[in-house]
Amino acid sequence: MDERKIRVVVAKPGLDGHDRGAKVVARALRDAGMEVIYTGLRQTPEQIVETVLQEDADAVGISILSGAHTFYFNKIIDMLKEKDASDVIVFGGGVIPDADIPGLLEAGAGAVFGPGTPTPECVEWLEKAVAEKRSKE
Amino acid sequence: MDKLIDKALAGDTRAIARIISLIENGDPVSDAVMRRIYPLTGRAVVIGITGSPGAGKSTLTDKVIESFRKQGKTVGIIAIDPSSPFSGGAILADRIRMQRHTGDDGVYIRSMGTRGSLGGLSRGTREAVLLLDACGKDVIVIETVGVGQSEVDIIKLADTVCVVLVPGMGDDIQIMKAGIMEIADVFAINKADKPGVDRVAAEVRLMLDLVKNRPWTPPVHLTIAENGDGVDEFAESILKHHDFIKNSPEGAKVEYRRLSSEVEDILLKNLSRRTEKIWKNHMSEELMKELAARETNPYLVAADILKKIFPHG
Repeated sequence: MDERKIRVVVAKPGLDGHDRGAKVVARALRDAGMEVIYTGLRQTPEQIVETVLQEDADAVGISILSGAHTFYFNKIIDMLKEKDASDVIVFGGGVIPDADIPGLLEAGAGAVFGPGTPTPECVEWLEKAVAEKRSKE
Repeated sequence: MDKLIDKALAGDTRAIARIISLIENGDPVSDAVMRRIYPLTGRAVVIGITGSPGAGKSTLTDKVIESFRKQGKTVGIIAIDPSSPFSGGAILADRIRMQRHTGDDGVYIRSMGTRGSLGGLSRGTREAVLLLDACGKDVIVIETVGVGQSEVDIIKLADTVCVVLVPGMGDDIQIMKAGIMEIADVFAINKADKPGVDRVAAEVRLMLDLVKNRPWTPPVHLTIAENGDGVDEFAESILKHHDFIKNSPEGAKVEYRRLSSEVEDILLKNLSRRTEKIWKNHMSEELMKELAARETNPYLVAADILKKIFPHG
């Protein structure tokens, strides 16, 4: 086999219209050699999950600044389960209060990165998470 | 593997997506998959959409999908964006313009990075198209990476090649040049609400007029992809061209040329894989030293190896 690239969907669910953070992360993942599928703004959970399936993504990164993170994380994780795709790694970031993070991890999120996280930290975490996921295939 | 193929043929999105990844990654099972699905191919209308970066290829593709969906046709899209020559990574963002179709069961969109391929396509595009064809998509649209003047590999895959131009990209000499301007079966002059569009259209038509009695004269459509103006007519021309290709001696020639390049590509791919292996086996510390000392040279070494592989020349 030549090389199996890491494919990541970076998605912006819901109504917040600010995607600077999502773009910074997308760019960092690109520079780490990953193929990043960017969905653009204002996506429904259905669109995001369907994109993950169509693109054969290893992971989906969700950026939320609107405060609706608990709803969207849960919804997307549940829908992936329904579609028999619970192996897809879900991670995210944005403006998410520390108090809400344990709940998201409990629900099945792999990691939540807050504002100011150095991008190499995300990259390193994701590389490890994907390697672990693939070792189970 | 057979199970995965069965699922894909039954229309399972994830199975289709997984097989495309395997092929794209050069997995050794690829050839076997292709042998299995190939008999089911040849039914889809395969369209290529090409043009410079920012010409509106993705937006036009989005509207073309809508047009075909209105006719009840299912559509598969392969959208190609460039891979980084440095990291090998890519931002695949063509589907932003098409996201409203995500969730429509009759539409499958797959983004691919070029991964070092230079002709406007990606590694594995051909196989991905065949797979979508076998899985029953009525229309397959290949959106090439944004191209310059000479990335014309799309003619090896598409029945109908659409070249998207925009006003303001240079004078009539650009339109006379060889390369991308020659491969169009249908032209779209997009952003037709911008100044200069009539001149571009006139120049393209003039260029086409220079050749008399051609079996197919590429129609020139003015489109504003942003709001859908002219897109239905553009899509109609695509189907007309497809009919022409399927029912004319000209079309048979195109088909033969394509099939021939297909066999050639598969041979090359396999040979290059083998060549790599043979060279690795042949290479030794000693030989490398001789080469470095100029006691022998790469041409002699290669000729020696070739003689062993093809003893009869």
